[in-house]
Amino acid sequence: MTRDAVLTPTIAPPEHFISVQGLCKSFAGQPLYEDFNLDLPNNQLVSVFGPNGCGKSTLINMISGLIPIDRGEIRIHGKPIRRAKIGYVFQNYRDSMFPWMSAYDNIAYPLRVKGMPEPECRDRVERLISTFNIRLDLKRYPYSFSGGQQQLVSILRALVADPEVLFLDEPFSALDFETTLFVRDKLQEIFMATGIPMLMVVHNLEEAVFLADTVLLLSKRPTHLVEAVPFQVPRPRTPDTLTSPEFIETSRHCLEIFRQEMRK
Amino acid sequence: MTASSVRSSNRIQKFSLARADQLLPLIGVLALFGVWWLIAISGFVNPVLLPTPIATLGTLITGMLTGTMLPDFIATVLRTFSAFFMAAAVGVPIGVALGSSEKLYRSFEFLIDFFRSTPASALIPMFILFFGVSDFSKVVIAAFSAFLLIVFNSAYGVINAKQSRILAAKVMGANRWRVFKDVLLLESLPQTFIGLRSGISISLVIVIVAEMFIGTEQGLGKRIIDAQQVLNVKDMYASILITGILGYFLNMLFLLVEKRFIHWSGK
Ligand SMILES: Nc1ncnc2c1ncn2[C@@H]1O[C@H](COP(=O)(O)OP(=O)(O)OP(=O)(O)O)[C@@H](O)[C@H]1O
Ligand SMILES: [Mg+2]
Repeated sequence: MTRDAVLTPTIAPPEHFISVQGLCKSFAGQPLYEDFNLDLPNNQLVSVFGPNGCGKSTLINMISGLIPIDRGEIRIHGKPIRRAKIGYVFQNYRDSMFPWMSAYDNIAYPLRVKGMPEPECRDRVERLISTFNIRLDLKRYPYSFSGGQQQLVSILRALVADPEVLFLDEPFSALDFETTLFVRDKLQEIFMATGIPMLMVVHNLEEAVFLADTVLLLSKRPTHLVEAVPFQVPRPRTPDTLTSPEFIETSRHCLEIFRQEMRK
Repeated sequence: MTASSVRSSNRIQKFSLARADQLLPLIGVLALFGVWWLIAISGFVNPVLLPTPIATLGTLITGMLTGTMLPDFIATVLRTFSAFFMAAAVGVPIGVALGSSEKLYRSFEFLIDFFRSTPASALIPMFILFFGVSDFSKVVIAAFSAFLLIVFNSAYGVINAKQSRILAAKVMGANRWRVFKDVLLLESLPQTFIGLRSGISISLVIVIVAEMFIGTEQGLGKRIIDAQQVLNVKDMYASILITGILGYFLNMLFLLVEKRFIHWSGK
């Protein structure tokens, strides 16, 4: 039933945090998306999974307004993109942080851009840090931290201005296994504490299922939504979740659909 | 021997090896002086044309401490820095501006490449026509050559700014001006510094050439030519040596400033 609710294109009632209608996008005359529709129920963490080059990054970049669309309509909480407050976590923290600024200045940057007075900036950053119990010396430069800490700083930077949606493009792919676990747990903690809906591209099926309320499975080009698979295990999800029957069943189901798609 | 004493003696060995490694650059210098000295005393070369390295160094030191070399040295340094600062003050803003607009850059790309490929010394007569044989003339031509290098590198730095950082700034709500000042400008700094370093080097080269060619009261270029004319070879070699030392330390100075200032470079 939930699956159907996700698939049925309706005219953006407020219970959708993202609503995409009739989206078209081509590169160099080659269509990538043709009449693509998507409605994502509110307050969810949604992960996007699909074959290489199917347009996962392009999709979240279009929804977050980073790249223009050819045709169609995208709404965030019922509003056009430019009026929505969004946070974006890039895949490569090394190339998206500002190495000439301290970690603190990086996190405060979105507030300064908005012209917030300095004392208020400091309050906001400090509140964010203490909420998530982060013990980092923020006076240091980003490159002096480990990969996981850097990605954490870039997540904080995306959160500091109270976004109504958080976009993450493969936030774990530049991290090793251990740091992935660390950042993943922090992300879950952040989601549980703030309830900010998230749309996250993940290149590993297990990661995609583990944190998500809904897993979007995309097809090869021209890309369409094959299925939106719900995964409704209560949070916090722990290593035990990985061995629970629900997790195994959902992963198996996703994998099967993915295999079918690849054979086409 | 216990394990820990083995380890500590290893460490001492490594430490003294590291110290020895730092002295390696001296070996080339000593070798050069050795070969020079051998040739000078062997009699293959007329001693009027080639003094020994010790005699040359002696001339250098007395020239700098008591003689007339110091004013020449200072004059050349002042010209080099005036040329460099003129070039940098104009070149960096223009370079950054060119780099921020692809259309603008492409309109001037050919011109910059053309003048960059033209030997600056070929332009000296033209500069004499415009500015006479004044001191200013020497500085302007050196500044012109440095300017081309600085413009090119600054523009290049901006053009090659990481697209993802620009996107990151935009998605955080930065307008065009903020993207320019907070991202593009800083992204271009490492490349700009390469331009500045090449700029000071070319300034020195052109100042020396201009001093030889245009003539001047004081300056190392003039001093080298004069010494050669009267076959004062000791002074000629000493003057050549001091220009080399000057060039080397200018380069080192800029490298040091760069390292302090652009702490993130290569990270
Ligand atoms: N600016 C562009 N110009 C031309 N083609 C592009 C451009 N951006 C993306 N594409 C093409 O669109 C397709 C989708 O790219 P996208 O980066 O969105 O895929 P992806 O699903 O994120 O891939 P990956 O798994 O490698 O991250 C690819 O085939 C890519 O070559
Ligand atoms: Mg991608």
